[in-house]
Order: sequence, then C-alpha cells, then structure tokens
Amino acid sequence: MLKSKTFVKKTRSGGVMKIVREHYLRDDIWCGSEVCTECKQESTALQRDPCMESNLCSYPHYVIPDTNVVLHQIDVLEDQVIRNVIILQTVLAEVRHRSAPIYKRLKDIVHEKEKNFYTFTNEHHRETFIEREPGESANDRNDRAIRVAAKWYSEHLKKSESDTDPLKVVLLTNDQGNKQKAEESGLLVYKCEEYIKSLIGNPELVDRLALSNDDKNDITSSKVLFPEHLPLSRIQAGLKNGTFLQGTFRASRDNYLEATVFVQGEGEESTEVLIQGLQNLNRSVYQDVVAVQLLPRDQWVVPSSVVLQDEGAAKDDNEEEGEEEKELRVSAAEAARKPTGRVVGIIKRNWRPFCGMLNASIIKESTRHLFTPADRRIPRIRIETRQADALAGQRIMVAIDGWPKHSRYPNGHFVRTLGSAGDKETEQQVLLLEHDVPHQAFSQAVLSFLPTMPWEITPEVMVNREDLRSLIVCSVDPPGCTDIDDALHCRELDNGNLEVGVHIADVSHFIRPGNAMDKEAANRGTTVYLCGKRIDMVPELLSSNLCSLRSNVERLAFSCIWEINHEAEILKTRFTKSVIKSKASLTYAEAQMRIDDTTQTDDITKNLRGLNKLAKILKKHRILKGALTLSSLEVRFHIDSETHDPIDLQTKELMETNSMVEEFMLLANISVAQKIFDEFPDCAMLRKHPAPPPSNYDILLKAAKSKAVEIHTDSAKALADSLDVARVDGFPYFNTLLRILATRCMMQAVYFCSGMDSDFHHYGLASPIYTHFTSPIRRYADIIVHRLLAVAIAADKTYPDLMDKQKQSALSNNLNYRHKMSQYAQRASVAFHTQLFFKSRGILNEEGFVLFVRKNAIIVLIPKFGLEGTVFFDSKNKAAPNVVFDEEGPSLTVEQHTFHMFDRVMVTISLDASNIQHQKIRMSLIEPVIPGVSVSAPEVEPLAKKPRLDR
Amino acid sequence: MGNVVQRQTRGALRFQLFRKMAGLELLSDQGYRLDGRKATELRKFQARMGVFAQADGSAYLEQGNTKALAVVYGPHEVRGSRSRIRHDQAVINCQYSMATFSTAERKRRPHGDRKSTEMSLHLKQTFEAAVMTQLYPRSQIDIYVKILQSDGGNYSVCVNAATLAVIDAGIPMRDYVCACTVGFVDETPLADLCYAEEGGGVSSLALALLPRGGQIALLQMDARLHQDHLEALIEAAMTACKGVSKVLDQVVRQHLQEASVPSAE
Repeated sequence: MLKSKTFVKKTRSGGVMKIVREHYLRDDIWCGSEVCTECKQESTALQRDPCMESNLCSYPHYVIPDTNVVLHQIDVLEDQVIRNVIILQTVLAEVRHRSAPIYKRLKDIVHEKEKNFYTFTNEHHRETFIEREPGESANDRNDRAIRVAAKWYSEHLKKSESDTDPLKVVLLTNDQGNKQKAEESGLLVYKCEEYIKSLIGNPELVDRLALSNDDKNDITSSKVLFPEHLPLSRIQAGLKNGTFLQGTFRASRDNYLEATVFVQGEGEESTEVLIQGLQNLNRSVYQDVVAVQLLPRDQWVVPSSVVLQDEGAAKDDNEEEGEEEKELRVSAAEAARKPTGRVVGIIKRNWRPFCGMLNASIIKESTRHLFTPADRRIPRIRIETRQADALAGQRIMVAIDGWPKHSRYPNGHFVRTLGSAGDKETEQQVLLLEHDVPHQAFSQAVLSFLPTMPWEITPEVMVNREDLRSLIVCSVDPPGCTDIDDALHCRELDNGNLEVGVHIADVSHFIRPGNAMDKEAANRGTTVYLCGKRIDMVPELLSSNLCSLRSNVERLAFSCIWEINHEAEILKTRFTKSVIKSKASLTYAEAQMRIDDTTQTDDITKNLRGLNKLAKILKKHRILKGALTLSSLEVRFHIDSETHDPIDLQTKELMETNSMVEEFMLLANISVAQKIFDEFPDCAMLRKHPAPPPSNYDILLKAAKSKAVEIHTDSAKALADSLDVARVDGFPYFNTLLRILATRCMMQAVYFCSGMDSDFHHYGLASPIYTHFTSPIRRYADIIVHRLLAVAIAADKTYPDLMDKQKQSALSNNLNYRHKMSQYAQRASVAFHTQLFFKSRGILNEEGFVLFVRKNAIIVLIPKFGLEGTVFFDSKNKAAPNVVFDEEGPSLTVEQHTFHMFDRVMVTISLDASNIQHQKIRMSLIEPVIPGVSVSAPEVEPLAKKPRLDR
Repeated sequence: MGNVVQRQTRGALRFQLFRKMAGLELLSDQGYRLDGRKATELRKFQARMGVFAQADGSAYLEQGNTKALAVVYGPHEVRGSRSRIRHDQAVINCQYSMATFSTAERKRRPHGDRKSTEMSLHLKQTFEAAVMTQLYPRSQIDIYVKILQSDGGNYSVCVNAATLAVIDAGIPMRDYVCACTVGFVDETPLADLCYAEEGGGVSSLALALLPRGGQIALLQMDARLHQDHLEALIEAAMTACKGVSKVLDQVVRQHLQEASVPSAE
C-alpha cells in the first residue's frame, strides 16, 4: 500500500475558529477506464468503447459534467443514453451540500453498473489537487479543480493510446466564464444544451433539459407581472418582528385565484390566512413554505364560493386579469371576512415532478406549450417541446424549473411520458405518482442484498432456530395470493390440550438492518395492492419466493406457539425462530370445503377443524369484550384474463375460514405486542386505535333515530351491542348500512413508539395493546416488530436505531403516511376500474340507498357495486329547484319530496368523460320522480346483445 | 518518507457550510476518508528522541497534526510523601497536560482539569503494565507528556511519545507500548482517527498494546457500540498498533545509529 507522497494542509475558518486539517495526496487513485494500461486498477467502470453518438463529438469520449449541470440536469443524466460519465469528487461534494435528493439520485446512478459512471477522487489525487489562490472564490477554485481534473484525464488517456481512436473527455458546463477558460486551456468543452441536442441516440432527451435562466430561454415578455420576492434575510427579519407569518401554501382545488396559507401556531393557535388574486399569490405553488404579510383589516375578504378553473388557451402575459378577479370581490358581511394576506417571499419550494397533460399551443409550429397538471391545485406550467404532436393525448410528467416575475406561468421541462391517457397502465402510474407511492423498480444497490440463488438452508441459519419441518402446517389465503406470510398448525398434545402455532415468514432474516434493501423497504413502508397490480415493498424474489410460505418447500419462519385448552384459554405462549415445511396452501374457499366435507379425515382437515373450533370460541370472547364488527363494502373485480378489463364486479364474500385466520393473527399480534412491550417498554412499535370523540357519532345517532333505533356510543361494547340489535322490519340491509356509517365515525389506527405515548388502547379490537406482527412481507412495521421480538428471545442482535425512540417515532410517522397514501391509491384504483367497468357497460339503472344528505345533494350507495355517488340538485345549466335542507333530521326537501337517510332510491349510472383528466361516475335520480329534477329511466342496452369487449 | 510540503492557508467557508448542511461523510463510497487516507492507513509519523539534554529521557512525536512532547525523569528516589514508597517496585508518576495553544480555541487550564487527570491516570496504568518496575524498588519514575497541538488521538500519541522517551531514558520495558484509536463507521473500522473523525459521531476505542506478546495494556471506550462489532474493532486496533510499533522501532534504531556515530569518532 502506498503511503501519501505529498502532504498538504488545508485550513478552514469561520467565526473565530481556525481549523487545520490534513489532506493527503495519493498516487494510487486510478482513472477507471478500460483503455488505461498505466493504472493498476482492479475493476473499471468506464468502457473501452463509449457508445454515445453525437454530432458535435464524433470521436469516442467520456463526459465530465460540472456541478450545476448535475444539479439542474439530473433528469437527463438518469437517462439510459447517457453513459460513461466521470463524476469528480469536487462535483459530488458540492452536490451533496447543495441538494440532498439530487445527491441521492446521483449516487443511485453511480451504483448502477450499466450506466458506467465513475467517481474520480480528484481532490486526493496528487496531480489534480489544487489549492485556492489568494482572491479566488470557493466556486472559482472548484471550477478550476474540475478543469484541472478534465485536463489530467485528457492527457492521461492520450498516454495510454491504443490502436483505435484516442479517447477524449468532454467537459459540460453552462457557465460562460468557465467554458471560456476551459477552451483556453485546450479542453473540449460544450454547453450542456448543445451537447444533449447533438446526441443522435435520443432526440426526445432535449425536452428533458431543464430551462436555465439564460436570456435565450427567456420565453416571456418583459413586463413584470408579479412583485419581487423578498430575500431570505429580510423574510427572517420580518418573521422575527412579527410583520410576516410563515406557513404552508395550500392552493384551492376549485378556484385557481384563491389559496390559504396554513400558519402553524404554538399549541392550538394555528391559523389560516386567505390569499386572493394572482398578484397576492405571487407565484406560490401548492405545498411551498411561504412568508405572508397580512393586509389591513379593511381589505380582508370572504372566501368565494365560485368555481374558477384556469382554462382555455395560454393567456397573454399582458392581458388584464381583471375580469376574473373582479368576480371574486363580492361584497360580504363584515363578520364573514377572514384574515387576508399576500405572499411576500418563498422560504422553501416543495416542487416535485407533476403528472398531467399537454394543452398543445394553437400555433402549430410553436415549441412552447402549456401543461395542465392532474392535480387542480397546481398551476399550469409552460414547457418547451418539439414533440407536441406526439405528446397530445398522453399523460406526461413535468418538473418546474422556475417562475420568473414577468411570466404568467411557471417554466418547466418535460421529464417523461407515462403513456396515453385513459390507458390502464398509464392511469395506474398517474395515481401512484400522485399518491407518492414509490414504485420504481428496485435499484441495483437494493438488489445486491438479495440472497444468491439457489438458496438453501445452511447449518449457520439453523443456529437459534427450531426445526418444525415435521409439523403439519398449512396456509389459508385469498385466491391468487403469492406473498403468503402466515401459516398455521394445530395438534393435540399428550396432556389433552391443543398446541396451536402461527408461523410468520421470517423476513427480518433476509433484510438486515441498515442496508440499502432495508432502507428502501422502510421508505416504501407497505406493499400497495391495486386492482390487478401489486407494488412490492421488498423485491419479488423475497416476497413471492424465499419469504412466501409456499407448500412443500422449506421456509424460514418466526413462530408463535401457544398451548391452549379446549375452552380456548391460553396456558403457555412461546416464540421461536423456526424452519417449517407447509403441507398445503389453501384458499379460503378450499379450506372451507375441507372443513364442511365430513368425508375428509386427513391430517390437514383435522387441523383446520381444530383451528376453526378454537377460532369460534376466541371470536366469541373477543366480542364479549366489546370488539366491533364493522362493515365496509369491498368490491372485487372479475378481470378478463386476456384484456385485463374488468368484466364484473362483486362485493367480497366473507367465509368462516377468513375469520378463522383473522382470529389467530389477532391473537399472535396481541401476544407479540405484550411480549415486546414487556421487554422494551421504551421502544416497542405498537399500533393503537384511539376512541373517537363523541361528536363523531352525531351523524350515526341522527340516522338511527330517524328509523327509531337507539344506538349507544358510551363504549365500544355498548356500540357493538346496540349495533347487533339494530334491525328494522322489512329492511334487511339496514344493519349493514348502520355499520358502514359507524365505520366512518372511527378514527384512523396508527403505529407509534411505546416510549412516546401513553395511550395504547385499540378501540376497534377492544384490546389494551396491539401491534402488527403477521405480515412482514407487506408491512415494514412488522419487520421492526420481528426484530424486536428476535432480540427479546435472544435469537438475533440489536442495533442502535432499533432502541432509539426518536428514530422509531419518526419511522412510525412515515409508515402511517405511507399507509394512508396506499389506502388512497387503492381507493383511486378501485374508482378507476369502476369507471372502466361502467364505460363498458354503458348506462345502468340501479337501486341504491341514501347514505348522507348534504345541502345540495344526496350521496347514494349502490350495494351491488359497493359504489358511492352524489346526486346533485343544482346543475349548472338548469334552473335550481327549490331545495330546503334540515340539519336536524338530517333531511333534504327537494320541491315536494323529502329525502331522509337510508331512503331507497333508483338512480341511473353513467360515465362522465367530458374531462379526460377527471373522468367520473355520474348518477342521476330516476325514482322517486320529482318533476324537473329526476330523469326518465333511459333504456338499458341488454348486455347479451352487445359485442364483447375488444373482440 | 518522500518530500513533505507543508503549507497553511486561510480556509474556505464552503467547507463549513458543507458540514452544517449534511454532516461529514467520513468514509466515501470509494473508500477514502476525509483527509484522503484509506480505512486502515495511519497518519504520517515524525519523531525525534533525545530532544532535551537535561532530562533523563525525552521524545517528540507528530502523528499527523497531533504533536506531543514526552519527558522522563528517573528512576530516582521517591520525593514527597514517603508513604508512596513501594518496597518491591518503582512508582510511576504521570502527568498529562495540553498546551494552551494546542486547540483551535485557546485553553484556559493547561492541566489539572478532570480530563487531564483522567488521562494522567490512564497513562500511569499503561506504563505500569509495560515498564519493568520490579527492577527499581523504592524509587520513582516521572513521565511528563504535553500535547503541543491536538488533532485527535491525544491518548495514543502520548503513549507512543512516552514509550520513546522511556526508551531514551534507558529504562527497561517489556516491549514497546503502542497505542492507537480506532473508530467504527459504516461497518468499517477506521484506524488512527483525526479530530474531525472523532467529533463526527463515531464510536471510538483507544487501545494500548504490547505488540510482541499481544497483551493489551489498556483498552478504553466511552461510546456505545454493539458488542458484535467489538471484536472486529479490537482486531483493527491491534493491527494498527502493530503498524505503530514498526514505525517506533524504526525511529529507535535510527536514533541509536545517529547517537552511536559521534561516540565512535
């Protein structure tokens, strides 16, 4: 090993401190090129024949980008076309301190083998290290360091010349001064735009270039439309002396000229400041952190109820916005006025790439177009593209680059296309992106932590592990399930008691704390199930193979084993890591059939019967304690196996076996929760379900009262009991409806760290403590619980983050967020498939029930499809009927007819495709007939006569 | 050791920003540390023995930017309280101090504070294990160590410097005592930490070793570390200490050569 040859000191100062650091320069840092014969490197990243064809550089070459190119054009660098790039340490360090997300993306690229990126540690190389000269700024020094490194490369590669063309290096920079100096020193240097445009491989790449602030790209008139943003120093001063307020900007969904800024106050004192008008909004975008200044009280306004969409062709920047803004200024009572303000500066932008569609410009040759995001709270974005024709009708992603003060719209650049609008794949992508579900393929860094195949159980694995391969274990899951994370067994012991085991896939054996795979899983938090698609939390090799407890293969498991007597009382509980070999993987229906079929007497069936018997008793106990049985309609699509279009909808059926598996999972979760809490009272990851505040039940109580049924909500048990007896003669569906309503009154269950909270109660399950242990393949919380439990039984070792309650708490916040978003995404996916279904079915007339009554509408639930829709009584183009809303009932009187909750109605369902970005199900009333409001039942096309879809 | 260029320049504000924004990346993906060393590499050693004529033994040692001066008096008869006299062995008296100009901010008390007292005690323990005290009953050996410039690894530099001074004084030892601090970052042990690394949230461990027999004279760690990593860390520390012992041996041999030339004339 070579010791440092030269040795230079580097000093840094700031404040009064002077810090001296050593800086060793080395001569064993290699260039990373395959061509090089001089360097004694073991592996090379840069290829002998870099295949980036460019008009500008017809010779083989490597690319060296400078810091700003990396920071602004990371979208371009990520493209597969860009390969053989040298990232200098100087650049990497600068990127790291300028932007953490871009640093992460850059590192991901470097790790990807196919991209052939090489990191050159130029700051420690003997020949490329430079010192800052007197009077030279830090940035200038870095630019010079980059030039010196580029120069070194070009000379170094020249030396190791082979028979083919000599390799060259191309420096990419957007800085005019830097470029000039580089040219003077004889380097090949291009502007990033020039270079990308010259690439033959992918012309589409040009559109991904972020617009720089060059005058050339300035695509707006010179007239200043917006007031200047204040500099950060003045904002800080203003915040300190109270003239400004800091808050999160929330644009209104319905009115693009209106927004609120949510100012987080101390304790309960959070306020909302209303912002109205383009000037006052001052280029804020949804979710930005902004500084606002309150207007004088006499200028305060009332939030308008007008729906205003920014529509039509691109507005000229000079055009007066007056008309639309005037509409907003409705005079209103003094009392209703809200604190109103204007945005004076942006503290932090929270831009992300947005999904949406292109509004092609009217002028055909124009390259500037407006982009309409799918999220209505995001303003339209102006982008430059040469492929507007190709992009029309496509869902695309666009990133905002900036919003100059003389531009009506923010400027952005095209990132990528997702596919044509209305397409299943595309829409799925859109809803994943909009719900912030990480769904990219797993990166190489993550995959590198997968076990190598063929995988087998080695003696090392068997340490601290029980061999339960001989037990008759089986799994029961929904049909088509490939990520089986639980299996069960039940056998009679010699003493007459029963031994029941719940075996959960031992995912934590494969996912070791702190590695890239663990971090990725922690970030994803949960597997997201959409209709016909699953976005895995862990790579498929684990989720569907090594961790999936499939039948007749040996799998690692984490087992929770009880000794239970025939009255289902738990006598003993123990936990162990184990190896099992499942004897059968059954579906709920198959398991049910085996239990019911008295002729079958094999071991598995006996097992199942034993389990089923116990489960029934357990359930009874649980319900006695006050666990709630709630209801929500879940629909299942019958998906055509070839076209993958939904052909039929069906509400999910529940069988005895469902509840059998559920019962034992609950039992395991509770047992584990108790164990890890006993062992780690400070850092156990648990799950709680707070009792809802009494006011949440108002709607349920009112609704029940309207049918002369009384509901008690003092405790979970009272609620459960009163729900059980709530029946109305001749209305069998009433009980289900009530339960659906009760579900809506509930709070969200959340993960939390036991050291940070004192209330552990799980309201819905009526359990004093609860956690998630049984699905580690699809939930990250379970992996943490597994690790805690493994430490508790001394089967595995601990690590610092596991015992850190702050970090645990931060993790549970992320898990809760991901969980919520995945639910939203799931719902959105169901909604989209419902639309597809109704698109194929045409118009339908169905029976439904009024679920809620609103001021101007009723919300109707159609049990057959589990579909909820709104019937409005004030449409835009018709004269509004006479509508009277009674909040006490609650009831709504339209003309002569009064709607109550739970009323039976007939509606016709159709798909409203007038807005391609926001298709929705439209419902209109058929029965009861109200003149001027209801519509006559349209002819339903008989389904049989319709040609089958796509065939 | 190659040509050495030393320069001092006023520093860059950028670096400070860098630290504030994202913390320091102690070990890059390419395997280089902040100062360009690899994980197992030691800092540059520079040493001189016999720097003072008045004392019985003395040595000056630089390990990177940490510079220490060690002086040994003795063995001589026990001074002060006679109760300290040991009838079977020599008493070792250590005093550790830091020059007021040794750190970036001027130090108020050069010695006598809690940290220095603790350090003195550690040194005493280390040398009691290494020096053959039974040869000098009823006597005392004084070891004074002063840190002139501090850049991490103060304890180990002191031990190494004191070893040289004790050898210079001609006091028999069982072996060289070599010390080194190691830290644990990203599952990798880093040898011979500098100040920035010590301050960067690393669990560090100091180890003094008698390399030939592999006996540990002192092991000290204040930070939290998982016990599974301890073995690897100690292993790395021992390797580093053996490296140090090679360097020290070289220094001693060179000194002997230089010292013997004039006497031969």
